[in-house]
Order: sequence, then C-alpha cells, then structure tokens
Amino acid sequence: MTLGPGTTGALGVAAALLASASVLAGPGPDDDELVVNGEIRMVTETSPPAHVEGFDRIWSGWRFRTDETQAMQMDDFENPATLFVAAAAEVWSMADGGAGKSCASCHDDVSTMAGVKAVYPKWNPAAGEVRSIEMQVNHCRTNRMGAAAWRYDGAEMTNMVALLALVSRGMPVNVAIDGPARATWERGREMYYTRFGQLELSCANCHEDNYGNMIRADHLSQGHTNGFPAYRLENTRLVAVHSRFNGCVRDTRAHTFAPGSPEFVALELYVASRGNGLSVEGPSVRN
Amino acid sequence: MAKGVKPRVKVPKSASPGETITIKTLIRHKMESGQRKDKQGNPIPRSIINRFVVDFNGQNVIDVAMQPAISTNPYFQFDAVVPEAGEFTFTWYDDDGSVYTKSRKIKVG
Amino acid sequence: MELTRRDLLVLGSGALAAAGTGSLPAFATPTEDAIAALTGNAVPGEGVITLDAPEIAENGNTVPISVSAPGASLVALFADGNPVPDVAVIRFGPLNPTRTASTRIRLARTQNVIAVARMEDGSFQMARSAVKVTIGGCGG
Repeated sequence: MTLGPGTTGALGVAAALLASASVLAGPGPDDDELVVNGEIRMVTETSPPAHVEGFDRIWSGWRFRTDETQAMQMDDFENPATLFVAAAAEVWSMADGGAGKSCASCHDDVSTMAGVKAVYPKWNPAAGEVRSIEMQVNHCRTNRMGAAAWRYDGAEMTNMVALLALVSRGMPVNVAIDGPARATWERGREMYYTRFGQLELSCANCHEDNYGNMIRADHLSQGHTNGFPAYRLENTRLVAVHSRFNGCVRDTRAHTFAPGSPEFVALELYVASRGNGLSVEGPSVRN
Repeated sequence: MAKGVKPRVKVPKSASPGETITIKTLIRHKMESGQRKDKQGNPIPRSIINRFVVDFNGQNVIDVAMQPAISTNPYFQFDAVVPEAGEFTFTWYDDDGSVYTKSRKIKVG
Repeated sequence: MELTRRDLLVLGSGALAAAGTGSLPAFATPTEDAIAALTGNAVPGEGVITLDAPEIAENGNTVPISVSAPGASLVALFADGNPVPDVAVIRFGPLNPTRTASTRIRLARTQNVIAVARMEDGSFQMARSAVKVTIGGCGG
C-alpha cells in the first residue's frame, strides 16, 4: 500500500470501517472492449503514467460496470447523454451576450475543438493559473461574448463540456503536470491522499486501495475522470467531474469544497493525470 | 409544453424491399412519476409522456401506453418491416397536452 | 425453479379453471389483479415469449429490459414491487414483424418484472424475470 503525504494516524479506524462494514472483495475490472458506434475504439486499460505509484495497471471506470450499463455507452442512440450533447450543439452556434457572438463565431465548427478536452485542466500563461475547461468556457463567455457566466456545474455548462468531450472521444487523456502546472498538481496530489470527514477517508482509500472491491452494492473503480461528464443512472442527467468530487467528499461526512473552487481544480488536474493514456470517453454512462 | 423535450431517432437511410430494420428512439423528458415529494413535503404532480406511436406511410409499427415506471429520458428499440420507400413518423404524447413529433424518410432499392 | 407463493396461487388457479369452475378467485396482489383484468381471468401459458432483464440492476432508476413475443398483438409489462405495478402496454402494428421491443424501466426495489402477451389467436402467454435492485455505494 502506498502511503501519500496526507495519510494520517487514523488509518486503522478507516481500514477497519472499510473491512468490516462495507467493502467486500469484488471481481476487479472485466475484460470487455469498448468500441463506440462500432468505430471509436477506446483504450480502457493501459500502463499507468510514470508519476502514478499506486497502480500496476490503469482501467477506465467503464470496465467496472455491468454489461447493461456498458452497453448504453456503446451506441450514441442508446446513450442518453447524447440528448444533452445535442442541446449543447445548438447552443454552440447561438449568439449570446453583448458582443453578438456565439462559440462558433471564433471556433467555427465544434469539430475544431478535437483534442482540447484531453489536455484540460491546463496551465494558462496569461492568467497565471491552471484552468479547468469550465473556467475557460466562462472566460470566453464573459470576456469575448459579453455574456453572463454559466453556473460552474449547471446544466448549460456541463452539457457544453460534454460536447467538447464528445469531439475528443478516443483521444488519449494527456494533461501536463510539469512546469508551472506542477505546484497545482502537487496540491491536488496532497488532497488525493488526505483523509476527509468523519469517516476519515481519502480518495486513495477507495479508488487506489480498494478498486475492484464492492463498497456496499457499488463496484469501486479507480476513479479516473476520462469519462466525464458522465450520464449517471442515479441522477438521470450529466454529472460534472466537480459534482462527483463534491459527492465523494460529502459522503465521507465532510464539509466539501465548491465546484469550481481552486481545491477541486487542483484535484481534477491530479486525478486526470492518473488516467493519462486512457481514452477520453465523455460523455460516458455510469451507475 | 415541458421544457427541453428533444427526440432522437435512429433509422437506416435505406433498405431493400421487405427488409426488417431496427429503430432506436430516445427523448429527453423528466418522466416525473407523481410518487415524489418536494423539499417542503408536498407531492410533485405526475408529468410524463404517456404514449408513443410509430407509423410508416400511415400503417402502424408500434403503439405504447407508458406509465411512470418508464425511466427518465425514455428509450425504445423495436423492429419494422419496410415494404416500400416512405416515411416513418414518431409521435410522443405528454401529460400536459404537448405532442412531440419527428419523421424520417427511408429509401428502398 | 423455485416455487413462490405466487406460483402456487397461479397453479392453484389453473387447477380450479381446469376443474371447470369457469372463473378464478380474486388475486392477492395488484399485479395479479392487473394481469387477471387483462386476460379476463385466463391463466397465461409460459414458454413462448421471452423477457430479458439483468439479474442485478446497477441502479433501479434505469433498468434495461427487452421482450420478444413472436405472434403477439400486445404485450403488457408489470413490475410487481413498484408502488404502481403497471409499466407499459405495447401494441404491435402490422408493420412490426418480430414483436420485440426494448426499453428502460424504474424498479423501486428487488422484484419481478412480468410480461403478459395477448397472442393473435386470443390466448395469453407470460414470462417473468427477477431483478435484484441494489442500493448504491457510500452515498446510498
């Protein structure tokens, strides 16, 4: 077991909780292959990037889902996320704000954005900060379009991010963690191994130490972000990655961080970097 | 009309005469069951799509009466035989009286 | 196959019908009432139609099911553990050659999904599938 910088003496308590109350040995990832629409072949298993110590292999969360849930992601006419992507595709070319511009005014067809989602969160030299793709979308809206910012994890934003993910599907996640992004990445790494809440659980306790096992009825994945935004059967809508972080931290019975907060941006960069090499799958279908 | 109701249908562009094709449909709808309560504890009224009909050149393919047990964003997959070139029409009926339609032409030959 | 109380009830009803009583006793559950109303108290046969549903649903909000009922004019779907057992009634038109359909349904808890088909000759066929509905992970 790899102990990160935030691991505390409460290890025994949480380990006992995980062992006795909830976590049962599970079957691990399955061997299924993900090809979307019969043409987009996804990398759902690969070697971990050099900076990840806790995994021998990395697997997309898709490999931990049941056949029925998996099937919903294999055809865009079965994936309910595409309903929301279609809504975003209309918004893409719809002018909004004082400048009378739409996304398409600067970016042309959304297909020109292929590859963008794969490298976010990303260092922005002009702003001197690491930005998530949501931050970049809102920067465009407020600075270029003269439009109001969307709520960070609201439906308009999450649908748009899903559209941006869709045009990058099949491309490898490849976030940069060196140079000026390094400090943010290290903050994210610190958070990943920090135990939060009354249950004193870190991200790593579930997604590194116990992936493949069952936490109650849920088959724990490695917690990669390559499938986000994800259509969750539980929510029956697209869920943004920060909303998922929010849910996880809340479930440790902690005061959580806000979607769009610097903490979650740092965590997103770190978690995304753990899945470098997996295909962008968003918008995926998860339970 | 319920907000943001958007149908998607998958129909092949062409078929041979008499061929059986598979059709998939998805529509964005909350399918509020009538079983839930809001934060104040008041029941949220039922608001669903209650019927889905598919015809081809005026002849019926499938006609579904739907209850609140159909999931949010209703999905249906079914088969149809295509005797000649023509047009599929898809119609969804909402509890609130709205009707959502979509049509798809198919070539035969 | 494990016999449940309901199976025994249905078997019992069948026996009564076979004995020539002409009508069946009132069914014990809303689902059985609904099926009896559909079939006019006739006991559906089994083995002709198939109902596919997952053994374990990852989330009860969206459970994919499909029914294949060659020779059926209509299929009614029920979920016997939901607050309202009726799910859908599918009528197949003349241009539907296979009499199959797939959809996604809500299951409030572990229960049986039941398909009852009215065949073109007026007889009834039935298939059922038990689905375990699990509660989620740490969030519930």
